[in-house]
Amino acid sequence: MATQHSRSAARLMMTPAVVLLLGWMLVPLILTLYFSFKKYLPLRGDSLERGLDWVGFENYVRFISSSSFWPSVQTTLIIVGGVLLITVVLGIFLALLLDQPFWGQGVVRILVIAPFFVMPTVSALVWKNMFMDPINGILAHLWRFFGAEPISWLSDASLQSLILIVSWQWLPFATLILLTAVQSLDSEQLEAAEMDGASPVARFGFIVLPHLSRAITIVILIQTIFLLSIFAEIFVTTGGAFGTRTLTYLIFQRVIDSQNIGLGSAGGVYAIILANIVAIFLMRIVGKNLDR
Amino acid sequence: MARATTTRRKIITTVAAWSIGLLIFFPILWTILTSFKTEAQAINDPPLFFFFDWTLENYAVVQERSDYMRFLWNSVILAGGSTLLGILVAIPAAWSMAFVPSKRTKDILLWMLSTKMLPAVGVLYPISLLFVQFNLLDTHIGLIVVLMLINLPIIVWMLYTYFKEIPGEILEAARMDGATLKEEILYILTPMAIPGIASTVLLNFILAWNEAFWTLNLTAAKAAPLTAFIASYSSPEGLFFAKLSAASTMAIAPILILGWFSQKQLVRGLTFGAVK
Repeated sequence: MATQHSRSAARLMMTPAVVLLLGWMLVPLILTLYFSFKKYLPLRGDSLERGLDWVGFENYVRFISSSSFWPSVQTTLIIVGGVLLITVVLGIFLALLLDQPFWGQGVVRILVIAPFFVMPTVSALVWKNMFMDPINGILAHLWRFFGAEPISWLSDASLQSLILIVSWQWLPFATLILLTAVQSLDSEQLEAAEMDGASPVARFGFIVLPHLSRAITIVILIQTIFLLSIFAEIFVTTGGAFGTRTLTYLIFQRVIDSQNIGLGSAGGVYAIILANIVAIFLMRIVGKNLDR
Repeated sequence: MARATTTRRKIITTVAAWSIGLLIFFPILWTILTSFKTEAQAINDPPLFFFFDWTLENYAVVQERSDYMRFLWNSVILAGGSTLLGILVAIPAAWSMAFVPSKRTKDILLWMLSTKMLPAVGVLYPISLLFVQFNLLDTHIGLIVVLMLINLPIIVWMLYTYFKEIPGEILEAARMDGATLKEEILYILTPMAIPGIASTVLLNFILAWNEAFWTLNLTAAKAAPLTAFIASYSSPEGLFFAKLSAASTMAIAPILILGWFSQKQLVRGLTFGAVK
């Protein structure tokens, strides 16, 4: 159907997008790779004009062997894992609940989705001050009401608090996608199973969950990619203190606070590799879907 | 009998769903309520819900103190500019991939998606460096381009999935009748594609509005959008909950309203068409 003429026109129309994205990918990537093999401390007089010393893999080795590296990996895994667990489990529950008939479905749906539209700096600040403040926060009021000693959330339970904030932001995303998947479930199949005497648990385990598995995988993969790079939530709450320094935040501090560009760039390369491992799995699923 | 149980079940579901919905929405509701209180009322124990002296004072103070309008304007320019630019670049690309697919179309689409996976922090320094070199720090145009580039894969993907749904027979019929490529795009495709384009614009406007890595790291004062406006409240200063709430409400209100319109498109846009 497509003629030679329309093919070349098509190629031409794709060019701007492809060239822009290629530049956006390659230029910073090459620069980051370049810096990662150099000693580059602008505050100690290193500058691009005078040339940088080649240090081989020293930055890579130092980044990994620094005492803050493994704790930061651990923190990252705990936050990503915790948020995934909460959002997926509660998301499935909420999706199944919202799929039932009840009065005011449209309004409740809007209430549930709303947190996704709140900008990260706002949600972090609102939670930090109005909810988690150990003196005036709502949670402190609540704790005192029950006669308990209020908790200094962001210093004494910093990781749990961050997981709570980030889960609140991402639960709507998981719910929405799982709800879409639940709605495509064949209700006749469920009814047939019910007639045959399958218990609700059996129906959930053998029909609903397998049907949702694809959507769950996608939620997990997409969220992982975004969660690996959460920044604003940490930036405005703890600033990386109290054991909340993730890999992303550690790299940010190396580059911006300590101005060690070489070391930070080596960290950046690690982050890129980590993200790509997750990305490969996501691409497989999305790619398969394209063929259909 | 059967009807009675379904009604009872519906009541239980209604109560459960509304309780959970309100619980999830509560932080936003609380922020909006607090923004109308005085600072003393804001920290009252027990918390005050609806029975307090409603005041607009906080909004006036926030506007005066940090010039809300300027940040709002910057947010509009950055989100709007980057979305518009992205759409202009993406429409031709998505059009050609949807209607003149080649063997490499799938690979190109997946590759575009993969650029979205690049962790921002990994390229923070190079981008800052380029911004300094080209005098782009704290300018609108620099951030518009960056925000456009980070959302371009999503824009192309969304448009592609929408364009894919336009039946190819209509185009063939038009070609038979002698429509040129230009006419085909202008008079047939565009009207059919407008709903999809509108959804794409909406979602990307929201994503650009809420972007909080590059906007915090590449702006200082002139081009700083609302994300930075809010971050300036991160160091506590005496009683400030009511003012923080007013500032927060102003920052999220426009996007909450837009977001409610776009909830359906959200799934398509964020799963790259993998969940329908």
